[in-house]
Amino acid sequence: MASSETLTSAEYIKHHLTNLTFGRLHDGTLGFAHNSEEAAKMGFWAINVDTLFFSLLLGGIFLYLFHKVAKAATAGVPSGAQNFAESLVGFVQDNVRSTACERNPMVAPLALTVFVWVFLMNLMDLLPVDLVPWVGGLLGIHFLKIVPTTDPNATFGMSLMVFGLIIYYSLKVKGVGGFLGELTLQPFGKFGMPANLLLEGINLLAKPVSLALRLFGNLYAGEMIFILIALMYGGGLVLGATASALQFVWALFHVLIITLQAFIFMVLTIVYLDMAHQEHH
Amino acid sequence: MELATALIYVAAGLMLGFGALGAGIGIGVLGGHFLDGAARQPELVPMLRTQFFIVMGLTDAMPVISIAMGLFLMFAKV
Repeated sequence: MASSETLTSAEYIKHHLTNLTFGRLHDGTLGFAHNSEEAAKMGFWAINVDTLFFSLLLGGIFLYLFHKVAKAATAGVPSGAQNFAESLVGFVQDNVRSTACERNPMVAPLALTVFVWVFLMNLMDLLPVDLVPWVGGLLGIHFLKIVPTTDPNATFGMSLMVFGLIIYYSLKVKGVGGFLGELTLQPFGKFGMPANLLLEGINLLAKPVSLALRLFGNLYAGEMIFILIALMYGGGLVLGATASALQFVWALFHVLIITLQAFIFMVLTIVYLDMAHQEHH
Repeated sequence: MELATALIYVAAGLMLGFGALGAGIGIGVLGGHFLDGAARQPELVPMLRTQFFIVMGLTDAMPVISIAMGLFLMFAKV
């Protein structure tokens, strides 16, 4: 930021946490919001352009790379890229194997996509917090949030898709009666139906919410700490040097977190779909 | 300092503190049992470590959300 001297620390943080939002401005024209109040006023139909752009870009990179590897795959000694892709596919397959949804051909590719995509989106967190927004500032873009998973819209989008699949496969495997029975007939038997419905309903609805909030919360906290450390760069030479060291340490720790969260998102997707496929007693 | 601002700081402190408390207890219990299991059957350590990290990620999530919100309140809202 060229004008960062005039910013207070709260403004700096807020600036970093504001999405590039496109929608209907208060005078009725379409355009980008110039501050977070304007973005908030846009209401439901506002679009976070940066989230969409970076998530689609990373998804495209993932598809392109794996498509290329799959096209060039040989039965002989595999090259580096093929080794990498094969080990990832094998890793995901190990997790899907021995679950009830093993014979569903959709689950393992979904799990692979979820894992790699979420990992790539999380990986954007390791880029320096000011680098890409600075480049964007040179191009005339005021707000830029490069980590799609620090936007709850992205994580809820993914978890709601998983939720839709849970409902779909529950209905498909168990039928409408079976699914409703599962919701209402346990754990207290048919005379405790309202209590069963309450418990199982909360159980069902908690799945997408916790799935999305877990990923969002972890990445948001990580990004927040990166920003707070970056604030120290303004405090002179000693604090700046400390900040560099702290950024490095936190980045090392964060490598573990982003991989773990991508893995957990994948494992929970598999587990939830597995539960949807399982016939209950 | 205004009362409202002071209350925001108190709220942020509570969020950070209870978040840390929850994560500490949860991961402490988890790590203790992991060591128990590893001491009983050392050959299971690779499998246990994977499960340990999964459950640690699950345990860690809610405190981390509260800590993120606390930091946001403390530094960005005031």
